[in-house]
Amino acid sequence: MDTDLSSQDRKDLDKFIKFFALKTVQVIVQARLGEKICTRSSSSPTGSDWFNLAIKDIPEVTHEAKKALAGQLPAVGRSMCVEISLKTSEGDSMELEIWCLEMNEKCDKEIKVSYTVYNRLSLLLKSLLAITRVTPAYRLSRKQGHEYVILYRIYFGEVQLSGLGEGFQTVRVGTVGTPVGTITLSCAYRINLAFMSTRQFERTPPIMGIIIDHFVDRPYPSSSPMHPCNYRAGEDNGAVYPSVEDSQEVCTTSFSTSPPSQCVFTVTKAHFQTPPPVVTDTLKVPVMGLAFSHQLSSSRLSYQPAALGVGSADMGYPVIFAGGLNAAHPHQLIGPGKEGGVPPAPSQPAHGTQADQERMCTPLDGVHYSAATPSSSEDTETVSNSSEGKCGSPHDLLETIFIRKVGAFVNKPINQVTMANLDIPFAMFAPKNVELEDNDPMVNPPDSPEAESPLQGSLHSEGSSGSSTGNTHDDFVMIDFKPAFSKDDILPMDLGTFYREFQNPPQLSSLSIDIGAQSMAEDLDSLPEKLAVHEKNVKEFDAFVETLQ
Amino acid sequence: MNCRAEVLEVSVEGRQVEEAALAVLHTVLLHRSTGKFHYKKEGTYSIGTVGTQDVDCDFIDFAYVRVSSEELDRALRKAVGEFKDALRSSGSDGMGQISLEFYQKKKSRWPFSDECIPWELWTIKVNVVNLATEQERQICREKVGEKLCEKIINIVEVMNRHEYLPKMPTQSEVDNVFDTSLKDVQPYLYKISYQITDSLGTSVTTTMRRLIKDTLAL
Repeated sequence: MDTDLSSQDRKDLDKFIKFFALKTVQVIVQARLGEKICTRSSSSPTGSDWFNLAIKDIPEVTHEAKKALAGQLPAVGRSMCVEISLKTSEGDSMELEIWCLEMNEKCDKEIKVSYTVYNRLSLLLKSLLAITRVTPAYRLSRKQGHEYVILYRIYFGEVQLSGLGEGFQTVRVGTVGTPVGTITLSCAYRINLAFMSTRQFERTPPIMGIIIDHFVDRPYPSSSPMHPCNYRAGEDNGAVYPSVEDSQEVCTTSFSTSPPSQCVFTVTKAHFQTPPPVVTDTLKVPVMGLAFSHQLSSSRLSYQPAALGVGSADMGYPVIFAGGLNAAHPHQLIGPGKEGGVPPAPSQPAHGTQADQERMCTPLDGVHYSAATPSSSEDTETVSNSSEGKCGSPHDLLETIFIRKVGAFVNKPINQVTMANLDIPFAMFAPKNVELEDNDPMVNPPDSPEAESPLQGSLHSEGSSGSSTGNTHDDFVMIDFKPAFSKDDILPMDLGTFYREFQNPPQLSSLSIDIGAQSMAEDLDSLPEKLAVHEKNVKEFDAFVETLQ
Repeated sequence: MNCRAEVLEVSVEGRQVEEAALAVLHTVLLHRSTGKFHYKKEGTYSIGTVGTQDVDCDFIDFAYVRVSSEELDRALRKAVGEFKDALRSSGSDGMGQISLEFYQKKKSRWPFSDECIPWELWTIKVNVVNLATEQERQICREKVGEKLCEKIINIVEVMNRHEYLPKMPTQSEVDNVFDTSLKDVQPYLYKISYQITDSLGTSVTTTMRRLIKDTLAL
């Protein structure tokens, strides 16, 4: 029996294997983009559809795959691997799956290359299409977005399964025997996503040193959100996460949760990026303040500097204002920080926009992945969850912000509403307790004991600079309302007092517990009567509704 | 030849029957469909391209891939719809099975009709459960999704054993092997049938057959 392949067969086989490898990578990566894939069947054959399957070729993916292969083909001991990992907005990442295309020595000499092998490779690709939707990572990838993204990495060589944690499972997609060996396609996937929270993050660089972090993200294919490998902060990220462009400096946590915060942070960040004159002109912030914020930005307290940068000129972002953060005294960082010290890790931009090397220095032990499962990606809860166990106070601050954010006209006693919570312009100048006047940082710089070092002060500020508010639970400083060009020491009723008193409308009687002192039971009892009255007026209501339509 | 038979069992809620059955049938047909053949001279042929698309299930936490062919999808939906209606209108038991059979036609001489020789048979046994609370239904959504994932893996495993497949036919024989009626893809010849098990555990068809036999015997 002639055991040698004819040269034509050999060439064909090599070509088939090469394109099979490229198509395999395309199928896997496209299945993790987070979108539904749809390609059309075509009855007339086109020369470009390998294996008679309509699989689009994403150019960057092909490019990366070719780079990884570097002209070689999968062979014994040299497997092509596609690693799928998840990266949260806080910069933590975790391997989810490793897809391996391997070749072993078991040869099938009698198989026909151009026909049987080709058709079987086609069948294997179809199986791959089916199996990629069945592993847990598929559902995760469909829900990627703000909290996390899915990344891929292609490498060639020995399979590394150590990053999958304990108890990973494998599924064999299929095998195809060829005259030079048997091609096997399989997937090893992590099953225990709960381990994410306590995972010790240790990464070793891949053997080949080829690290590809693609921003596998929507909305492909209409735009091109895939980012080149070796992404560096500051490069243009395109449309996907504009705020990440400047990521290195501010606010890695800006993407952590719900749209309101994100929106706030994003805009804030934009402001942060504005040149210092914006800040200095309005509030005469010493440049040092800005420099300070830069210093902080390298820590996980990154969004505090963002707040600094904004200054009071942009009061529309009360969240950032977290009381007292008027830029006049940037040191007075208020935050319910529970821990001291700055975590050593540099802040990571959200969504894995950095090259893998930078992943290595991401925090930290005990970091929680807030989007472990789709169900946990609830908005605010994610933040709260993620703040637990994190050694960064930013998340506490974030949490506080979410909890305390109230509108300008919310029925709360004014002294419970902090500057941070007032969703009004010029919140800095909103009324506060008169007693706090002495603590107005704009009038009297805080004494040093209150905040020994800026960072310390911010981190241990529970009640420190906020103590003047007299609100034990309030972590933000009340700023005295000092309307411009007014004097409040002559007449009892001045512009400031007037503004304070009449800023908010009177309490709604129904919201007041004191008035009426109706109990719930009484309320319920009176409901039937109210309903009867309303029923009588049904026609009026209907007419009213019609006028609205 | 022997017909290869595979049986898959699923327990689903009534509203999940269609999607579960479609997921399995589409996955099988994805593997058993090729592009349209275009025969050229000298017995060679070229093959069209098969497109695929993702389908999300509404009542199950599951997604699957199917061939991009509206005709094929319609045919499957029709068959599964009939199966679901039959299940619903049968007794309260809610058990039945739907089968997808791949066959080859063998031309026979007159007066005998063509023979249909099955070479692969996929049977999906469906057990309909009734759930009382929303929480149970939510759990069922997830559980059925997981089960279907296992079924897909089973199907793929069978497919990749590379067992018997009909030989690629010549142009004159292609209709004996493939269903050439669709305009964009070409699945192997297949037929779908179903059986509903009544509460006595016997299938309705067997009961009918017995009745007819008894009648004839009189």
